[in-house]
Amino acid sequence: MSLWEYANPVRFLNLSARVLPVFWGLAVACLIVGLIWGFFFTPDDFRQGSTVKIIYLHVPSAMMAINAWVMMLVASLIWLVRRHHVSALAAKAAAPVGVVMTLIALFTGAIWGQPMWGTWWAWDPRLTSFLILFLFYLGYIALWEAIEDPDTAADLTSVLCLVGSVFAVLSRYAVNFWNQGLHQGASLSLDKEENVADVFYIPLLVCIAGFVLLFIALVLYRTGTEIRLRRTRALQAREGRA
Amino acid sequence: MVLEVRDLSVERGGIPVLTGLSFDLAAGQALILRGPNGAGKTTLLRTLAGLQPALCGEISGTQETIAYSGHSDGLKAMLTVAENLTFWAEVFGQKGIDRAMKAYALEPLAERLAGTLSAGQKRRLGLARLLVTARPIWMLDEPTVSLDTQAVAQFAQAAQAHLMSGGAALIATHIDLGLEAQVLDVAPYRARLDAKAGASDEAFL
Amino acid sequence: MKALLIRDLKLAFRAGGGFGLGLAFFLIVTVLVPFGVGPQSELLARIASGILWLGALLACLLSLDRLLALDWEDGTLDLLATSPLPLEAALSTKALAHWLTTGLPLVLASPVLGILLNLPGAGYFWLVISLLLGTPALSVIGIFGAALTVGVKRGGLLLSLLVLPLYVPTLIFGAEAARRGAAELDPTTPLLMLAGITAGTIAVMPFASAAALRVNLR
Repeated sequence: MSLWEYANPVRFLNLSARVLPVFWGLAVACLIVGLIWGFFFTPDDFRQGSTVKIIYLHVPSAMMAINAWVMMLVASLIWLVRRHHVSALAAKAAAPVGVVMTLIALFTGAIWGQPMWGTWWAWDPRLTSFLILFLFYLGYIALWEAIEDPDTAADLTSVLCLVGSVFAVLSRYAVNFWNQGLHQGASLSLDKEENVADVFYIPLLVCIAGFVLLFIALVLYRTGTEIRLRRTRALQAREGRA
Repeated sequence: MVLEVRDLSVERGGIPVLTGLSFDLAAGQALILRGPNGAGKTTLLRTLAGLQPALCGEISGTQETIAYSGHSDGLKAMLTVAENLTFWAEVFGQKGIDRAMKAYALEPLAERLAGTLSAGQKRRLGLARLLVTARPIWMLDEPTVSLDTQAVAQFAQAAQAHLMSGGAALIATHIDLGLEAQVLDVAPYRARLDAKAGASDEAFL
Repeated sequence: MKALLIRDLKLAFRAGGGFGLGLAFFLIVTVLVPFGVGPQSELLARIASGILWLGALLACLLSLDRLLALDWEDGTLDLLATSPLPLEAALSTKALAHWLTTGLPLVLASPVLGILLNLPGAGYFWLVISLLLGTPALSVIGIFGAALTVGVKRGGLLLSLLVLPLYVPTLIFGAEAARRGAAELDPTTPLLMLAGITAGTIAVMPFASAAALRVNLR
């Protein structure tokens, strides 16, 4: 029994029906525990006060924003090489989730940045990269929506995802270069992970686990929806010609 | 045999249209495709021309030998008749468009912009393109649309000459061209829906 | 390939081919900017190189959706795909034609428009060099977007949405090189990066474009 067995849509649906409740349950549990622990049972930071607590939303969502794109890239490659429909549909299903994660990261970042830096937005390399990532997501989703034939759409979006990934990485370096080029030695450092103390660290890990599980559950659920849509379409196409 | 097709299935929009097609085409032979609208003649020709992948089956002999002509002629309105033809001749690595101009009586129109031609004249120019490609196998999708009787005769004559010189042709048409040709009715090959023909979306059923 | 290049150039120069539209658009953008930001010379001098780069990029974008769509509509792409010319070569040639009719005129016009925006004297040379190095990448990346959206009716807006994020690295390095040149700093690093991106895209993008076009043709 190989992993590819689950590339069959029907088998995938059966499996995901069995594991979905588990993922939903674990995701909700982790998020409740992590967020409550993080918000109410950790001390205020001596420099940043209580604003630091937004880290429990900001960091996990930012991580998932990038991971979702990586997952889409892998799924696109699998579709292009092995032509498993579930893979293409999973990439399609992950994109809106990735967009929401990116938006959460951007908004919580702005809310955090306001009291810390005195501004909602700065053209810091990291912030800018996320904005660009957001644009890539929008283009990817728009292309899926624009093309009627599902296989053509899957092929084209996969190619876009591949090319987009290369350009996203290029943009990341370009943006780094660009901002240093503008004002030497930016005063705002966003490297949080290094200066996070242990008290904050464990609930953060729980929250990250919660976001990962939530992402998996959402993608499984949405992929199931996409599979059923394709099934409806396949049946209708045959009905029309019978 | 210049073209061999074995057990071919073709699809449109992820759904099989024709299955189990097998035929041969020898040098000097023509094959007329017939069948009602929507039977899959265009899809078959596009598949054979390599524009879309076959669902299953084998096609051999189509490597760099096909001159395809579809519903549109690939003409540029802002180029003259001669320029349009010369362009395609050069793309196919050929020189000289005189023979093609003559075969379809296009000489008087040589300096006209293609955009100012009538539909029938455009079609003649599109068919003349086949002659400048110097490819042995013609694959034509409804070549006589909007042609008058005289132009149809010109086409039949050009096709006859092509066959005589060792070429082959696969033509989807409803008109009797007066060519000596086999006829292939595609209707019996219509794909059955319950068949496991290898359609892209079968996995979802 | 030569035949295709000549044909595309001819088509661009004849009536309705759209040659010069990009240039006119570039001029209008440049004229409108001072209305938007105010006529102060120092301010304009500081943003001139960036504005000119942005204007060139948008002018390039403007002509992209006709690049393949016209050949798609009249069946030329089907016939090209069955011709001895590989699609990769055909698309590279079309990108070259696009650059010659859109990118190159923009490069040549940029110093004149630089005067309108008070570009400092040291900036002209580097502006032209950076545009010369960067605009080919804009054409090559653009044709990828055009190949993706060729089957979409009214794909112009979608094309912009897909292509603009891909333009980010080129814009950043190109505008940075021009800006450094204008500020009498050393523009070597961004210029090298820009040249690298252009070389890389010219080498690789035609394959992605041809793959996308093949999917659309089927």
